Amino acid sequence: MASERVDGSVTAIRASTKQRIDPGMHIRPRSPARQALQRLRRDPAAMAAGVFLVLVALASVLAPVLAPRDPVQTHLEHRLVPPGTPGYPLGADDLGRDILSRLLWGGRISLLVGFGAVLAAMSVGVLVGLLAGYFGGWLDSLVMRLIDILMAFPAILLAIAIVASLGPGLRNAMLAVAIVGIPYYARIVRGSVLSLREQEFVHAARLIGAPGVRILTRHILPNCLGPLIVAATLDVGWMIMAAAGLSFLGLGAQPPTAEWGVMLSQGRQFIRNAPHVSIIPGAAIFLVVLALNLLGDGLRDALDPRLRQ
Amino acid sequence: MTGYIVRRLLSLIPVLIGVTFLVFLVMQLAPGDPAQIMLGPKATETSLAQLRHDLGLDQPWHVQYFRWIGRVVQGNWGRSIQLKREVLPFILDRFRNSLYLTVLAALIACTIGIPVGILSAVRQYSVSDRATMVLVLVGFSMPIFWLGIMLQILFGLKLGILPVSGLQSPERSDVLDLISHLILPSMALATGAMAIIARMTRSSMLEVIRQDYVRTARSKGLSERLVINRHALKNALIPVVTVVGMQVGYLLGGDVLVEIVFSYPGIGLAMINGILARDFPLVQGAILLVASSYVLVNLAVDLLYAYLDPRIRYG
Repeated sequence: MASERVDGSVTAIRASTKQRIDPGMHIRPRSPARQALQRLRRDPAAMAAGVFLVLVALASVLAPVLAPRDPVQTHLEHRLVPPGTPGYPLGADDLGRDILSRLLWGGRISLLVGFGAVLAAMSVGVLVGLLAGYFGGWLDSLVMRLIDILMAFPAILLAIAIVASLGPGLRNAMLAVAIVGIPYYARIVRGSVLSLREQEFVHAARLIGAPGVRILTRHILPNCLGPLIVAATLDVGWMIMAAAGLSFLGLGAQPPTAEWGVMLSQGRQFIRNAPHVSIIPGAAIFLVVLALNLLGDGLRDALDPRLRQ
Repeated sequence: MTGYIVRRLLSLIPVLIGVTFLVFLVMQLAPGDPAQIMLGPKATETSLAQLRHDLGLDQPWHVQYFRWIGRVVQGNWGRSIQLKREVLPFILDRFRNSLYLTVLAALIACTIGIPVGILSAVRQYSVSDRATMVLVLVGFSMPIFWLGIMLQILFGLKLGILPVSGLQSPERSDVLDLISHLILPSMALATGAMAIIARMTRSSMLEVIRQDYVRTARSKGLSERLVINRHALKNALIPVVTVVGMQVGYLLGGDVLVEIVFSYPGIGLAMINGILARDFPLVQGAILLVASSYVLVNLAVDLLYAYLDPRIRYG
């Protein structure tokens, strides 16, 4: 009886579907990526943050054209002039250097460090996480112990220790924040791999004789991308802040380089008479990091709407 | 619980060995010859060789590591090149100052972050909830060193109500003076942690208040206040414990930046000065002390978590 009823309703559904759908029409299910993009488009805060970041990136790339002055050229007669002074829309620092020009040039460095360090950390972290999670055994144990050790340090302290070892400088600061980020990505990917490798589609790929590398790159990695994209977006903000922090401590970019952390550090001596010298570069870091966090949150909600709370 | 504590303590051993090895490695790789730094540019080759021999720098690295570990365990953390005094008593003294700051910041972060997170969850999607979530995002997007400078400008220079640097005024040495010096740096330090704690409390609370037992409590006719306080809160706070623990680690790290901004005589300021002066024994000791305390804080948090949530220790 039951099977008759089921068969009957299935036939009815088929019949009604046939009526409604034109046989010549191709129905393509929307891919999860497209669905996520559509959800992201409906998030005004994330979209605004995205547009802001694109504008900042453009302004930084076009710094040589847009910057009104040379970012390191000093004009002592204009030292510490406030924002709004003719020729100095955002004022000048203690050596009369135009803050707007330094901000634009500094954006290049901060964005490069942020994205570059995330890319480096992600590349190594993903590789390590994939191998450890997929092959397991002694390799996994070794990787996990190394991760435990790296994570036994507060992140910024580890970055400071690495710069102390390599010597101060922008490149070393970037390397340091990238190294600090590696265990973070390795853990995310390893966790995803551990659950994915037991899934049926991975078993199926293994059964038809696909080699390990192919399974990892074609079947497992694409399924780890969601959490990775979200983590990376949020991480760019942290890396920008950490690298600026190292420069602020005198361990990253060195004066007279126009870098936001260096500008903030130098402006600190003049907070009594000319607070704008330190307020402006700090505000730039803050706004970029805020935009990255908004975009990261939006991406997370778009990629996994269940997390939206 | 005892079995869990023993397992957790045993797992600490490889981590601590790894931490000491990494700290040792970092200083081994550091540029410059410690003997040259100690004796200065005018040192002769003979005196340099003698000092290297005395310090054991002519030994293979593994011999140096085990000798160093042996000394560390015995409380001999070396002499600071720059300060010409024993490292351990100096950094312990500075670490105590840092702890004042960290503990106060953790207290501020919890006392504001947890209630704000609870209120936000209870009034989900209200104006106050949305405003709180915006503030949370602002809080953890703010560079700690910039926030410190903003607080100095506002409270120290514009309003003139709080001291902007140091630990004590030269003419006073009472507790009130100490606290007044701690307020601005601990506020700067607490903001990021507060934001994350508020966000975590909110999402944990939201999860709990949708559970069946909370619905049961409501359907029994209990007041909302009683449902939240008696039934939801305790379970919602369990994951918050872990976040608070992780934030203490963040505070120990962020502390370095805040100490530089406020010229606060803590371990972070000592460490950065040590790095810039290439005072390796001091830097090595400071990093080791902070990292070991971080490991111990994590241990304490794990044990507390296991105590609060039996599923962990039997899992």
